Amino acid sequence: MRYNALRIFKEALTGHKGWTPAWRDAPPQKSYDFIVVGGGGHGLATAYYLAKVYKKSRIALLERKWIGGGNVGRNTTIVRSNYMMPGNQPFYEFSLKLWENLEQDLNFNAMMSQRGIINLFHNDAQRDAAIRRGNSILLHGADAVLLDKQGVKDLYPFLNTESARFPIMGGLLQPRAGTARHDAVAWGYARGADQHGVDIIQNCEVTGFKIENGEVKGVETTRGDIMAPKIGVAVAGRSSEVMAKAGLRLPIESHVLQAFVTEGLKPILPGVITYGAGHFYISQSDKGGLVFGGNLDYYNSYAWRGNLPTVEEVVEEGISIFPNIARARVLRTWGGIMDMSMDGSPFIDQTPIKGLYFNGGWCYGGFKATPASGYCFAHLMATDTPHDVATALRLDRYKTGHMIDELGAGAQPNLH
Amino acid sequence: MLIPHPLLGPRDAGEFTYLGDATLLDRPDWQSETAAQDFYDYVYTRDNPSGVHRELWYHEYGDRSWIVVTRNVSTHEILGAELAQDVAKTKGSAG
Repeated sequence: MRYNALRIFKEALTGHKGWTPAWRDAPPQKSYDFIVVGGGGHGLATAYYLAKVYKKSRIALLERKWIGGGNVGRNTTIVRSNYMMPGNQPFYEFSLKLWENLEQDLNFNAMMSQRGIINLFHNDAQRDAAIRRGNSILLHGADAVLLDKQGVKDLYPFLNTESARFPIMGGLLQPRAGTARHDAVAWGYARGADQHGVDIIQNCEVTGFKIENGEVKGVETTRGDIMAPKIGVAVAGRSSEVMAKAGLRLPIESHVLQAFVTEGLKPILPGVITYGAGHFYISQSDKGGLVFGGNLDYYNSYAWRGNLPTVEEVVEEGISIFPNIARARVLRTWGGIMDMSMDGSPFIDQTPIKGLYFNGGWCYGGFKATPASGYCFAHLMATDTPHDVATALRLDRYKTGHMIDELGAGAQPNLH
Repeated sequence: MLIPHPLLGPRDAGEFTYLGDATLLDRPDWQSETAAQDFYDYVYTRDNPSGVHRELWYHEYGDRSWIVVTRNVSTHEILGAELAQDVAKTKGSAG
């Protein structure tokens, strides 16, 4: 069923009785050509592009709980491609281009809103770094605009540029960046994948891999064994746990990242802002809530909740640049489990086990990468060669010395 | 979180900084035949379990001692804490 305005009008007049489920509840079959493990944004996008772009059939997507219940449902919805490093920038720009056409492609309203993101800077060194990053972004063919203090003030007159502990000197703006409705992205991909014949199998946890002579043959699940010659794992947050079942030890630690939403307010924040003197990012949802977050809690965690010192720090940072949000009440906070890799960049690669592919290590940048991650992972699974924009996202890059370390923090995952 | 410091008693986790998995105490032998692989594993790969995890915390805003904390990373329950130097000495005498 295609969604359009006429259809909504017709259903409104006929009591909304004509809507059908957006995807089937498929029972698992004995075997498939492709299995994608993980029903989050990346897994669903992978299944969708495998079927739609690479014209593959007999695809199953296995999800432990319900689709879209992990990090794609627990993020701050920011979409951007303002990366500097050669291995990263083309990938995220490819992603942003897919975002720009995502709703038309999926026939699903993902509420993609290119409202712009500003990374603020507060001293000369940060300004120089912003200029350098902006130039790198422009050389890669994406968009960046350097704003001075007045430029920032013109867009956001209420920002505290004068009396803050770290006065705002300016910012690097990416006008094409923005936000998207996170749940709708998962649902849109699920519906699209289902329409192209993918079996979406929920409540189906992978408990082991069937591996013979270094070659993967299938998976053991809570709903029985399912065989397939090609299996892709996209379960960021739980990557270490799942890949350990195949005997692989990953360069990843799992950490908790908290996020926050205030009560609904009238529109005060037209775009996305990140604070340069600490780690704080904020936008306003279409419902009016301020959506914001900051740093990790710094210690390994699979707990889906964080601790209060981090809440306090994030809120302090926010109020230092937006004194006017001090009285907004926080309605909800939650924690998501991040695959923190050793250089802050992700992996889309084959594993030493033939037929087993790995997608993970997204740190806390996974949401914006969803379309490109799915596309490139589908490319890898379909063709056994990496997609042109994902050649650097190799699993063995630490061994060969080819890190993609945007922050230069080294092998200390909680600092990325 | 409160960390039961072996010398100072329960201290707020905010007084500490976090390094990571306590296997970082076990520096590989640089003269070993497999040193390149050993150091790759030591620096970059982790078990990253979802249950009990032994990890290094540094009492930066306190007595500056390194602590090995045993903690359940799915519940944040702390099961024990010992001075890293004691852990290292025990290992040294065993080896």
